[in-house]
Amino acid sequence: MPPRRRRAAEGPGSPHLGELLDLERKLGLYYWMRLTRTLEERLVALYRQTKVVGGLFRSLGQEADAVGSAFALERRDILSPLIRNLGSMLVKGATPLEILKQYMARGDSPTRGRELNIHFGDTDRGFIGQISPLGDMVPVMAGVTMTFKMRGEDRVGLVYVGDGATSTGAFHEGINFAAVQGLPLVVIVENNGWAYSTPTSKQTAAAQFVDKAIGYGVYGEQVDGNDVLAVYDCTKRAVDRARAGEGVSLLEFMTYRRKGHAEHDNQSYQPPAEIERWAAENDPIDRYVRVLLDREKVEQSALDAIDARVVREVDAATDAAEASPMPHPHDALLGVYADPPAERPLWYREGADVSGLGRERAEGWGTWDASKQETR
Amino acid sequence: MAGTEITYLEAIREALDEEMARDENVFMMGEDIGAFGGAFKVTEGLLARYGEQRVIDTPISEIAIVGAAAGAGHMGMRPVVEMQFIDFIANAYDMLTNYVATARYRAFLPCPMVVRGPSGGYVRGGPFHSQNPEAGFIHTPGLKVVYPATAEDAKGLMKAAIRDDDCVLFFEHKYLYRRIKGVMPAGDHVVPIGKARTAREGTDLSIITYAATVHKALEAAQRLAAEDGLSVEVIDLRTLSPLDDEAIFATVRKTNRVLVVHEDTRTGGIAGEITARINESCFAHLDAPVLRVTAHDIPLPYAPALEDFVLPQTDDIVLAARRLAAW
Repeated sequence: MPPRRRRAAEGPGSPHLGELLDLERKLGLYYWMRLTRTLEERLVALYRQTKVVGGLFRSLGQEADAVGSAFALERRDILSPLIRNLGSMLVKGATPLEILKQYMARGDSPTRGRELNIHFGDTDRGFIGQISPLGDMVPVMAGVTMTFKMRGEDRVGLVYVGDGATSTGAFHEGINFAAVQGLPLVVIVENNGWAYSTPTSKQTAAAQFVDKAIGYGVYGEQVDGNDVLAVYDCTKRAVDRARAGEGVSLLEFMTYRRKGHAEHDNQSYQPPAEIERWAAENDPIDRYVRVLLDREKVEQSALDAIDARVVREVDAATDAAEASPMPHPHDALLGVYADPPAERPLWYREGADVSGLGRERAEGWGTWDASKQETR
Repeated sequence: MAGTEITYLEAIREALDEEMARDENVFMMGEDIGAFGGAFKVTEGLLARYGEQRVIDTPISEIAIVGAAAGAGHMGMRPVVEMQFIDFIANAYDMLTNYVATARYRAFLPCPMVVRGPSGGYVRGGPFHSQNPEAGFIHTPGLKVVYPATAEDAKGLMKAAIRDDDCVLFFEHKYLYRRIKGVMPAGDHVVPIGKARTAREGTDLSIITYAATVHKALEAAQRLAAEDGLSVEVIDLRTLSPLDDEAIFATVRKTNRVLVVHEDTRTGGIAGEITARINESCFAHLDAPVLRVTAHDIPLPYAPALEDFVLPQTDDIVLAARRLAAW
């Protein structure tokens, strides 16, 4: 395990905020990690049945890093997840039903079939979906948190990047600008060892990603990303610092990507022994189960009950998602702009009609409501 | 001040000032826009009036400027950001085309923001201070593009752009900044996005153009009237995305001969798109093929003799119009 690093000024005696959580919240962390894993396992089954339209991305072995960090935010705070932060989105209020519909490209999915997988967001619940060009969400979250600062709102932003995204210009420009402006932003580098097939040794010559914090003049800390209580502790302190007006933090979570970039990826470039070792010795859920049973004296039956609840929830969501409709093809024409609200079909698609397609999205989410078209 | 003639540049500043005073959600970001007032002084005086919270000097980071504008836009702000020279918008191409342009469609996230900057040549700026990169953005669904030719339109379109619920790229022609003047209409002067303007009425042939070449087309029209007795109509597009098809088709049906003029390079320039639309919708109304006068497909050189050769000039427009009239 990499060493835990803190600034000397904070001292080794500062309390461990993860360990201070009450038992109910500690069991909450277990629930969200279990839900993440079970939901992804269900998605694998659906993928193999060809019910998932595109690729499938796993966060196996990284559930603690996603769940523990998002758990440190309040509802009013906003995070921007990465493809392996399903757990963060669930904590922030995304539902298994939304995730399943989204992967199956359903017409009533959060993006109405326009976007893939977990690329969706909801500013009311406090998450903004990522896009595929990596690093882009760092500048965007700088703008989000700049708004918090301008308006004097007691809100914090959190953005995830992978080890690979730290090589992008967007990451550099975004964290530098946020640092200069003293914005309430937490930047988390999830170091899982691999960016698609590229190891971190080909991504950077820095000894560790947390060293980059020095260059940007921000607070930096590295933590064991597979220890959910440590992840919470580290993130919560960074969030508290941001809330107190102490600016940007760069946190490096040490973890490991046990599956390929996506389900199609056979991981030929990853040493099998390395994957096996992390699975056997450093699975974040296995580790946390030991903490709950041995240290917190939780009964096994309590964890079994949570597992059963998760399966029930994922089963129900799967049934509902499979029964949900495919998008109407004409729906593709809606909502590129606020004005005009719909694009005209090309002449060889004459007859395409966007009226009567209903709401773009639920109240408070959407920007255009087809049912109100005539009153515009 | 109503009744006073002001420059194209001052008209833009007046629009920014009025919109910042009207709506506290409007704020600005850019390089050297605060204490220095911007490379061309468009934002001069605004820092003193609105403070550092609303006139933000940024690092040299076009990706961060545009990305942060998008994030602020999601939260209900109305950012106006400056590219010090529009040439540098290339650095933010990913953020504009992948993130901003798609945000409403893919994620229902509004990006009410304006990206503005000094554009265009005829100023001996060389390859990196003279560009007209509008075509790449016109090609991107989700963005709007305006490029005014007059001081009145510069003000009115800026106000419309700031009030628009989507991202508007606002190209300002630096050759026109201090050469063109106008008297601003009284009151809240807003020019709608998406509407072209007839800069000169005519019956024999039409020149469709925008930005600095509007003035060259008007010069050419004057010469053609005096020397050839030709009645030339000049259409100033004002907005390049969305294009005002109605105005384009109306002038084709009126004069039946069309010359498209732009300062941008030829291949992949918007003249090709306009020609295709006329071909598809007004073929029967044409008495001659649509012709183009554009820049050569060459990076814009510095030396006056070279730049003047590469860019379209009034003489070129006169020559092309005569050929069109004689077809």
